[in-house]
This record gives sequence, structure tokens and C-alpha cells, in this order.
Amino acid sequence: MKLPALDLWIPSSVLYTFGAIVALLVVATVVVALMRRGDGAGRHVELAARVHSWWVLVVVFAVALLFRRGITIAFFAVLSFLALKEYLSLIPTRRADRHVLFWAYLCVPIQYWWVWKQWYHMFLIFIPVWAFLFVAMRMVLRGETRDFLRAAGSIHWGLMTMVFGLSHLAYLLVLPDGKAVPAHGAALLLFIVLLTELNDVLQYLWGRTLGRRKVLESVSPKKTVEGLVGGALTTTVVAWFLAPVLTPLTPADSIAVGLMIGFGGFLGDVTISAVKRDIGVKDSGTLIPGHGGILDRIDSLLFTAPLFFHFMAYFYF
Amino acid sequence: MGTLLRLFFYGVLVRLVVLFVLGLNVRHRERLPAKGPAILAANHNSHLDAMALISLLPLRLLSKVRPVAAADYFLRNRLLAWFALEVVGIVPLNRQRTHEKEDLLAPVSAALARGEILVFFPEGSRGEPEQLAEFKTGLARIAERHPDVPVIPVYTYGLGKALPKGEWMIVPFFVDIFVGEPLRFDGDRAAYMDGYRSAMARLALEEKHADWT
Repeated sequence: MKLPALDLWIPSSVLYTFGAIVALLVVATVVVALMRRGDGAGRHVELAARVHSWWVLVVVFAVALLFRRGITIAFFAVLSFLALKEYLSLIPTRRADRHVLFWAYLCVPIQYWWVWKQWYHMFLIFIPVWAFLFVAMRMVLRGETRDFLRAAGSIHWGLMTMVFGLSHLAYLLVLPDGKAVPAHGAALLLFIVLLTELNDVLQYLWGRTLGRRKVLESVSPKKTVEGLVGGALTTTVVAWFLAPVLTPLTPADSIAVGLMIGFGGFLGDVTISAVKRDIGVKDSGTLIPGHGGILDRIDSLLFTAPLFFHFMAYFYF
Repeated sequence: MGTLLRLFFYGVLVRLVVLFVLGLNVRHRERLPAKGPAILAANHNSHLDAMALISLLPLRLLSKVRPVAAADYFLRNRLLAWFALEVVGIVPLNRQRTHEKEDLLAPVSAALARGEILVFFPEGSRGEPEQLAEFKTGLARIAERHPDVPVIPVYTYGLGKALPKGEWMIVPFFVDIFVGEPLRFDGDRAAYMDGYRSAMARLALEEKHADWT
């Protein structure tokens, strides 16, 4: 299959959406600042951190999209590297695996190289097959059997989420033209990142205002049924309105995608919470300052990015 | 030339490795000295230790910041000696006396008299990664001689994982650096070392760090 190159000229719909996000963010910044002034600076720390990371997101996105596709792909490669580093620094690793970890890091540029070259088949199997087998081989040749399965599993789990999962975002940019309606990769990327992050905020806000019943108390004590359902449904409504602007999705499909993002984002969030609980790290990025807190910002994307990508790839490309 | 090379080394290369490839998580940064003379006394697991600690201080202080390092190790051949002295800018210290009257700490005293900020490793050598060896009393001897110079205990974790002794390949890990309160010498070397030891133990307890085996 020969994939034609896609020109990263940004359609006006992306620019308008982007402008709207910036406007909303200005409003949100002012509102949060006023709330904090009213209730004291110690309150709404999580909300302020979220607004702050939204600004980072907007600036990075603007810079990335202004340049050519290669810069954007490189940006996601750096994001994968930072996320993988945070993950591998948090989990217990074996001294014998130091060199294995080096190979794991090397998977980041290789995986994004497949994206850049638009080698779809290799993009799909490199981590699940080749890296999976290679890591196992490299580990077993060291001859250390103590905690072997735990170490092999956790290294591969890191590669699958932080490298393979996130690289789906970059691959959106190099998708060939669709079957029916032409779709723009940058617009799809904006759509999935925007809705995933928005879903996080909406679930938080619904949970804070109406949250009563706990949903997964042993993993994430603050999550509630009301937050989950309210957030997911609101996200679905936003998806329904935004889909015609940014995507080729039919109205029915946009509802399916909205629900997928709503519940998938929740699952990504609680999955990272479960990992942190297992390791014994408190479940908020603010409590581990300097550790970047990148995992806390991208946890939902770890689920929504591959889900959205394969939904689009199957039905529209 | 040496100054420019040193600026490039610490300002570009070291910061790229320490801040991007590794990544620092610094607590109590405000306890770092704003000017010399001062001593940062840290645990030692890696060649990266001094690099990471020097990256904590602003570049404008660079001409005043130097790591104290073993002369027998770093001056063992001419190329390494040039690199250690001119680029890294070490204060070379002999670990063994060559004659009876030799004052081993004289280079340290001279550097402190010049108002420099020294990075000092009381353990003496790197040892096993992420394990604390016995602190030697050299630190107390320096403090006794220079009671007015603040000694700041600094605990680091992760550098020994990134580049342990005997390895050449850096593997990225986030690094924790916890800065302690300055210590004062009050007339007794043993008590001083106890104070340093317990300050380091308190810093180590700020975060749960698994043994690395």
C-alpha cells in the first residue's frame, strides 16, 4: 500500500477551533484566579494545575502546527520519551536491566521513525512483536531470573502505553486521504486531544458539584458515578457539535466516539492511578514535584488515542 | 579559551544531559548558597553527581564553583588531567600523604579562601550504586578549619542508576535532589559527623526510595 504524503496546511476549521480554545482558556484562567482569590490560594490547586497544563498544551500545539509535520512528530517523540522516563523512574527496576532500559528508550526514536516514514505495518507491530521479543531476549541473556516476569512485564507495559499508545497521536498526522470525505490529520489530532483533556475537566467538575456515589473507591477515591457519567455525556455532546467542524464523522459515529472518549479517558486515568497505587506513589502529580507530572496529564490519552485512531482507521481510511 | 570551553561544557552539554536526558526533582532549592565560600556535601554514586550539583547553581557563579576530586584518579594521565583541571575545573585532592608533613586539605582551604563554592563527597569514592558508604572525617576537618563556611548537606538519588561506577552508557532516570540546612561546627569532629549523618538520613527519608539490586 503506497501512502501519499499529506500536506500540513492547516484548514480554517482548525484555526477557528484553536482560536475558540484560546478564548475559552483566557476565560477559564480568569475564573480560576477569581475562585482562588475568593476561597484562598490553597484551594482549587488541581484546577489551577489543569489550567496551567492547558496553556502548555496550547502553546506547544500552536508551535507544533505552525511548523511542518516533522516537528509535530518529533514533539510527540519527546513526549513519549519524557513519559517513558517518568514511568521507568517510578517503577522498581532491577539493576541487571539497566541495559535493557537503554534499548527500551531506543524504541522511542525507532517507533516515531516508522511514523515519519508512514510505514503503517511496522508502526503497528514494532512494539507489540519486535520490541516485545527483543526485550525478553535481552533480559534472559543476562541470566537473572529473580523477578523476571515482573520486570519483563513492566518494561513492556511501559513501551505499549508510553510509546506505542502515544505514537497513535502522531500517526493521525500521516494518515492517507480517507475513503469518503477528506480528513485532515491535524484536525483529527486537535479533536482527540481537545476532547480527551476536556473530558478530564468535565468529569472533575461534574464530580465536584454533584458527585455522591463512589465508582472505583479502591483505585481512585475521588471518582464518582456522577462525575463519570456526567462528564462522558457532556463530552459526547461536545463531540457531536465539534465533529462536523474537525472530522468526517457521521452524527451517529460522533456519538459513539464521544462515549468512547468519555469512558476511555476515565479508564486511562484510573489505570495510571492503579499503577501508582501498586508502586506506592500518591496519586497526584503535584505531590511529586519535578517528576514532571506528565503521566497525570496524559493518562487519559493512553486509552483514547489508540481507541480513536483505530476507530477512524477502520471506518474512514 | 579554558573559560569558554568550561562555559560550553557546563552551560550546554552538562545541562542537556542533566536537565533533559535525566531530569531533576529538586526540593528546598532555596537552601543552596547564593555566593561562596560554601560547601555542598553530597553522597557519591556516579560521575554525574558533581555535574548534577553544579547544574543547580546559576551559570554566573560558574567561575566560582568547583568539585573536589581525587588527584590520583583524575590526574592519572595528561589528557584526563587537562580535562579535569581546565574543563571540569576540579580542586585536586590527594587521598594519601606522600610525605609526613603534607597538608592534604591545603587545596580546599585555598579554594575556600578564594570564595569558591565546593562540591565535596565525604564518602571519598563512588562505591556501590544507591548505597551509602561510611562518611570519612575529612568533612569535619575542613569545617573545623573554616567554621564560618556553611556546609550544606545534599542527598541525591538516581544518579547511580543513570551512570554507575564501571559503566560508560548513561540510561535516563529522573533524579531526586534534596537540599538540607547548613551545618555549623561546634568544636567536636565526631559530633559534627553525627550531625551530618543524621541530616543526610533525614533528607533520604523525604521520599521512599527502593534499594536498587
